[in-house]
Amino acid sequence: MTRSELGRWRSRIVTFLLLMPASAWYVLLLLVPLVILIVFSFGGRAPEGGYRPDFTLANYQELPTRSTAFLNALWMATGGTILCLIVGFPLAYFLATRAGSQRTLLLVLVIVPFWTSFLIRTYAWLTILGNNGVPAWLERLGFGHIVLLNTPFAVLLGIVYNYLPLMVFPLYVSLERLDKRLLEASKDLGAGRWATFRQVTLPLSSAGLLSGVILVFIPIMGEYIIPALLGGGKVFFIGNALVDLFLQSRNWPFGSAAAIVLILVILAAVTLYLRLGSRGGGTREVSLL
Amino acid sequence: MDREQFQKTYDDFRLGRIDRRTFLKVSGLGLAAAVIAACTPGSSAAPSAAAAGGEPTSADWSPPKGVDLGKTLYLTTWPNYHNPRTIEIFTALTGVKVEVNPLGSNEEMLAKLLIGGTGWDVLVPTNYTFETYGSKKLLEPLEMAKLPNLDITRYDQRLLANAEYPAGSKTLWGFNKDWGTTGFTYNKKHVTKPMASWKDFFDLAQTDYSGKVIIHDYQLTSIGCALVAVGFSFNSVAENELAKAEELLLAVKPHLFAITSDYQPPMRAEDAWVTMTWTNDGAQLHADIPDIEYVIASDGGEIWSDFYAVVAGTEHREAAYAFLDFMAVPKVQAFDAAFHKAPLVDSAGIALESAEMRANKITYPDAAQLSKLEFGTAELLTNKARADLWARVKSA
Repeated sequence: MTRSELGRWRSRIVTFLLLMPASAWYVLLLLVPLVILIVFSFGGRAPEGGYRPDFTLANYQELPTRSTAFLNALWMATGGTILCLIVGFPLAYFLATRAGSQRTLLLVLVIVPFWTSFLIRTYAWLTILGNNGVPAWLERLGFGHIVLLNTPFAVLLGIVYNYLPLMVFPLYVSLERLDKRLLEASKDLGAGRWATFRQVTLPLSSAGLLSGVILVFIPIMGEYIIPALLGGGKVFFIGNALVDLFLQSRNWPFGSAAAIVLILVILAAVTLYLRLGSRGGGTREVSLL
Repeated sequence: MDREQFQKTYDDFRLGRIDRRTFLKVSGLGLAAAVIAACTPGSSAAPSAAAAGGEPTSADWSPPKGVDLGKTLYLTTWPNYHNPRTIEIFTALTGVKVEVNPLGSNEEMLAKLLIGGTGWDVLVPTNYTFETYGSKKLLEPLEMAKLPNLDITRYDQRLLANAEYPAGSKTLWGFNKDWGTTGFTYNKKHVTKPMASWKDFFDLAQTDYSGKVIIHDYQLTSIGCALVAVGFSFNSVAENELAKAEELLLAVKPHLFAITSDYQPPMRAEDAWVTMTWTNDGAQLHADIPDIEYVIASDGGEIWSDFYAVVAGTEHREAAYAFLDFMAVPKVQAFDAAFHKAPLVDSAGIALESAEMRANKITYPDAAQLSKLEFGTAELLTNKARADLWARVKSA
């Protein structure tokens, strides 16, 4: 064995050892459970609940009974992501370009809520949106009796509140790296504010936009706590249906089938989005003359 | 109050010489606590006045001699169901720290036990679970020699017999913590129409009190009470009868304030005016807010009993039995009941409760009111039709 061969072997072993933890992690905690999920989804429910080996498509045929929960999650995830974007983009832009010496402080302020548990932050909204909170003030101001808690509005509010930082940070990172000279060049070449934004800022921050949208959309699709607390069991996501199927009615096979379809729906939505995103966000050559 | 005085008062409180309310009042912390409580409508019941006999001490119970109880005990139970002080006293007497884990339903308890590896030691299951838990060996039959303070001859045998498995075998898998009924509460400040039955409950939920009514997130009680409202048995599993109940539940769902078993906070905040309620919650709510009345429905409903039981294969078996034995002491039961306000089963425990407690008509209703109530059957816990129905209603 020559020296160079020895070196190649050593580098392979090192690569293998370095990738071991991550591979083991993905195989044991992602692939194996996924296979179990697929097997279970074709099985039956044991008499007292759980899983009984079988081969049936009944679980998949029963899925339309959960279509409301699927659609609720899909609409709320789409709406929540768009709202996060509308609120988050100007904030990220401000932080990246205008905040000046206050930037670090403001960035910390965006993170501060994360120091408290997600559950507690969401629970706090129960008090704010409850009868003695905002509705009482609105009533005193003459707006009449308004119910906020356990409505789609409350759930959407909880979603935007909790997921906003996940949208702001990727946007901030990509906007911060934006070369300001390009904006000046755009203006020098006669483009107005809106044209500059659309043709320079937006395409160049599209990486942050894409990752922000995905970071927010996927977890909302599987969201369980926010609809459970702020939706009062009435605004029902597929995540809540899954919890019920595993922890109340103990129908593991049906739950597995629903989980697999949820994974497929998210995969389809993200693929579609990336396709559209790469088409819209790509650079474009235009004649200057 | 200077520092030393405060320290002394605090020690008095810790040693149980004064109760929490007195401590807060004397120390001036009461004002702060009151402000916080006023700003937090979700805060649940405060520990109430102690039982007539006062706090249990080492004179009332001591841990078994020469037994290593270990350091921790996992108690899986229901919300607002144990006086935190009772648990502190147990820890003080034994050195065993109790981790309390409140769940929302017996179904959730069963689901997690079936998955396994819960690490739970003591459970507070309800009467209809013993057939499933016994046949699946999820609990262990009680080792009576480890429970010297438990005297089952003082127990109402009709309530105790629920813990026998196989039924009628005299092998006990638990003993009664307390019992109660599943009725409803309403806040009479807002509710003026008479509400006496489950039929009234579901009718008014869709009309006058739309948006202000809560039902349990628990198929057993929510389907059961809907069945009663449409004229069937709480325990029905007949297909056509369940279909009627499903129709009612689907019709009422858009009118509900929430589907949740954690209904005390919204009732206290007046977000909701009416809710399906268990006795102990009803008594706790009424004690703090007299406008909230508890009703045992005239057309039927559920009577239940909860038990102390030991999980099979528990890691902290000695501590589990020590806890059960401690909770079997009449004085401990009476002290704990002053907080949770559910009726006791042990006659010696009842005898030690305050006169006020024994005269409380929510906790101890007249026997005539119970005549139409049914014990939930073992089948309800595992019946697939009911489980599926509830999952459908919730995701509709």
